[in-house]
Amino acid sequence: MKKSWLMLLLAAALGLAQAQTVTIGLTVSKTGKYNVESVNQLNGIKLWQDWVNGQGGVQVGGKRYKVELKYYDDESKAQRVQQLYSRLISQDKVDFLISPYSSGLTAKAAIISEQYGKVMVATGAASDSIFKLGYENVFQIYTPASRYLTSTVDMLKAADPALKKIAVVYEDSKFAKAVATAARDYAQKAGFDVVLFEGYPPSTTDFGPIINKIKASGAGALVGGGHYADGATFARQLFEQKAPLKMIALLVAPASDEFAQLGEAALGVAAPSQWEPLVKYSPDFGPTPQEFTEMYRKAYGKTPAYRAAGGFAAGLVLQKAMMEAGSLDGAKVRAALDKMDLTLFFGGIRFSTDPASHGLQLGHEMVQIQWQKKGGQMVKEIVWPLAAKTADLIYPIR
Amino acid sequence: MDGLLIGLVYGLAAIGLTLIFGVMDVVNLAHGAIIALGMFFLYLFFGAGLHPYLSLLPVAIVGFFLGVIVYQIAVRRIINGPPLMSLLATFAVSMIIVGIGTALWSTSPYNINFKVVTYTLGGYTVTSARLVSAVAAVLVTFGLYFFLYRTVLGKAVRAVANNREAAELMGIPSQQILAISFGIGTMLAMLSGALIATLFPFTILSGGVYELKSFVASVLGGLGNPTGALLGGIILGLIEGSVAPFIQVSWTNVIEFVIFVLILLFFPTGLFGGRR
Amino acid sequence: MKALKSPFFWLILAFTAFFALFPLQGNNVTLRETLVLSAIYIILAANLNLMIGYTGYVNFGSIVFFGLGGYLTLWLVADHGWNVYLAVLLAGAVTSLLTLALGFGILRLRGAYFALATIGVNEAVKDFVSNYEPWGGSEGIFLPFSTYKAMGGAAHALWTVYFLIVMVMGASLLLSWYVKRSKFGLGLFAIREDEDAAIVLGVKAPTYKALAYSLSAFLPAVAGGLYFFKNGSVVPEEAFNLHLSIESIVMVMLGGQGTVTGPAVGAFLYERLRGLLLTTPSLSNFHLVIAGVLLLLIILFAPGGLMGWLYKRWPRVRGVLE
Repeated sequence: MKKSWLMLLLAAALGLAQAQTVTIGLTVSKTGKYNVESVNQLNGIKLWQDWVNGQGGVQVGGKRYKVELKYYDDESKAQRVQQLYSRLISQDKVDFLISPYSSGLTAKAAIISEQYGKVMVATGAASDSIFKLGYENVFQIYTPASRYLTSTVDMLKAADPALKKIAVVYEDSKFAKAVATAARDYAQKAGFDVVLFEGYPPSTTDFGPIINKIKASGAGALVGGGHYADGATFARQLFEQKAPLKMIALLVAPASDEFAQLGEAALGVAAPSQWEPLVKYSPDFGPTPQEFTEMYRKAYGKTPAYRAAGGFAAGLVLQKAMMEAGSLDGAKVRAALDKMDLTLFFGGIRFSTDPASHGLQLGHEMVQIQWQKKGGQMVKEIVWPLAAKTADLIYPIR
Repeated sequence: MDGLLIGLVYGLAAIGLTLIFGVMDVVNLAHGAIIALGMFFLYLFFGAGLHPYLSLLPVAIVGFFLGVIVYQIAVRRIINGPPLMSLLATFAVSMIIVGIGTALWSTSPYNINFKVVTYTLGGYTVTSARLVSAVAAVLVTFGLYFFLYRTVLGKAVRAVANNREAAELMGIPSQQILAISFGIGTMLAMLSGALIATLFPFTILSGGVYELKSFVASVLGGLGNPTGALLGGIILGLIEGSVAPFIQVSWTNVIEFVIFVLILLFFPTGLFGGRR
Repeated sequence: MKALKSPFFWLILAFTAFFALFPLQGNNVTLRETLVLSAIYIILAANLNLMIGYTGYVNFGSIVFFGLGGYLTLWLVADHGWNVYLAVLLAGAVTSLLTLALGFGILRLRGAYFALATIGVNEAVKDFVSNYEPWGGSEGIFLPFSTYKAMGGAAHALWTVYFLIVMVMGASLLLSWYVKRSKFGLGLFAIREDEDAAIVLGVKAPTYKALAYSLSAFLPAVAGGLYFFKNGSVVPEEAFNLHLSIESIVMVMLGGQGTVTGPAVGAFLYERLRGLLLTTPSLSNFHLVIAGVLLLLIILFAPGGLMGWLYKRWPRVRGVLE
């Protein structure tokens, strides 16, 4: 009899120990212009949650903590983000934060997390400028904007050393502008003539005027774009208006599977990508790229895009930091993040500890993809870096 | 060239706005929301299997009745009150339409995907969609003119616009005429929305941009003057088209608004003379 | 001073004190964050009332003052190292002066034309700022975090700014009340009733109108500076958000235009309603619809708003709650 009571007590004690949770707060753009990408990112985060909870939770010190997510709809609006993150911190009392999707919204959220001293892992945000404001609590997962299109320029130079004139046309948002400016500077240093450098308002639906400008400039290649909605429309109208370009590389949009819906207009369009399912990283921690892709397919019925991968990676980074710190204390987790230097299925992860750029991602690199036709179907192929490619670059595309 | 074509569609939208103002002195702030509704109704009819250009007729009919209903609910009671009231009332209607639209269709962009043919004339590339939209706009405008100047009902509308009390004294049922006029105004708005939907992606919030363009076009042509509104739309389209190559695309909006404010200040009756 | 004898004066002071001290109990940050929004709305509504309720001119683009104040302040603090107190005062003054100059121009337009022009002004300023690189263009201005360190750390700075915003709210109400009782206010009311008659009677309408317009810009500009400083950043889409202008109008109409209490009550109630709608998942999409329906109902059936209804029901209240 005594033994069974003991067993019961032990089970109860274990049960109580199991009931510990760590709460992570974030906002999602369930509506608004970032809707598609943000939900994608959330799927990745949720998949991580299921994966880590399936193992019993995060191992912190001697205990296991189940992960709970708390999130609200930020409607893709800057003004909503700050109110919601304040709420997550002061009212919902979350332990850690993950950023919204997009550099613009993350910049807003970062102010709040910094004001209240809460650790925030920023995924879906590539802008460099967020990390130049002297923050100590924000850590970036993505390759920063300054390194997005630099390898595209390298790829173009390798494919056609004779081409000199390129146009840089970008969405006038924090992220796209930063990428475009860095691309222009890099291209000029590489010997290109940037004949057009112009931004369009984020809500542009009529690219007619700007396409006319591109044609008038005599450019042979175009890099730029912004996010999904404008990028897809831009690509379609470039095709409809028969713009004579030998290479088109746009941000974000062509890296999504949905881009295939454009049909012929998608053929040959390239994009830098934070991650592709076929990459060959060997992780120190967490699932391999194939394992992740399989998990995602099983859960959502589709191949994961890099935003979902970024979401999952954000979760992994927080998890690893908590494990290394052996506690949920903010200062200790922050220190663990400062020291982090490893490879995940997503790529390298190492943060800058220089006060002038604290939190900037230093370890991660971009791959370049291009839409090609294989057996009558539109598929994404990795065309750069040459060591990692799955197909040759099509050049010129038109 | 592109500017001229799109300008005709702007003009159509502007006529809807200016007509309502001309007939009953009401600035319809729900104009943008109704344009957006036009976009979505085309999407719905297209989804039901109708070719976009055939759907224009049902869209027009819906637009007309919607206008009559809005008039009866929101505008009729305060038609004789201070202008602030009708401004706020129509604005309230706009909020309601946008709110319901957001709930039904969220704010993700929608597209009408149908075959588009590209023509090249001289140095210009033009898509069939733009050509048809421009032609449709012109046809509808002619239709409106025919209605206003060649039919008895149209004459009644012009009478009420001119002097409501005198018209009533002559036996014209002014309330009904006002309702019909409002309906025609909204019908034009919905039609222009539907035409725009064949050209660009849209959301329930897209109406705002075109509402502001309608204001600029109407004010250019003189509020209350339908021909003026059409011409104003063309001018606006041409300005957009011609200025764009020289300055950053994002400055065109600033320029449009500056024109708007300047015209209101120095040419309150527009370039072609409005109602006052 | 005659003012000190009026119970309403003390009512305003008590209300302001309550706002300031209530969240201080127990360092209640959540409550502070909710109240700061209410305070901002009250500031916007009360100052807008000077134009709509007193002068009878509808300003659809009043948010431009708020946004401009925010931008000027952040620019001075971020790019020129000014301290925030001086920066907001200068921002307020500059905005007021610009409004005064603009006012002499566009106040020549009547009724709907003026309303449309104010929308035009807001949109033009927003588009200009979005393209103006020295002010960050479409990215806006972000404060380096060290700015807060100068105020004793972020947590401390947030409380200080909160108190300042509450003070501006009190000032707005006092301003409303003071103008109402002054000769200047009398002139404004005369303009609202019948502008031509007022001119004939000797009221210098153009000057009065421009002054009212300019005055209605000062405190919202200061509030904008403080609010965006607290937010650590300002971007065009939130600084010149036309919807907030419109919501201010709803607040003024809801509470009762032309009164002092009206806008405050209207702002407070509307903010509660909005907060409730936005955090209830099923209703969040409908907040615009409900606001629209509310506005429509008020316009059609109760143009005097809550205070109008209150006065009709209990005429005695008019003497106490202006």
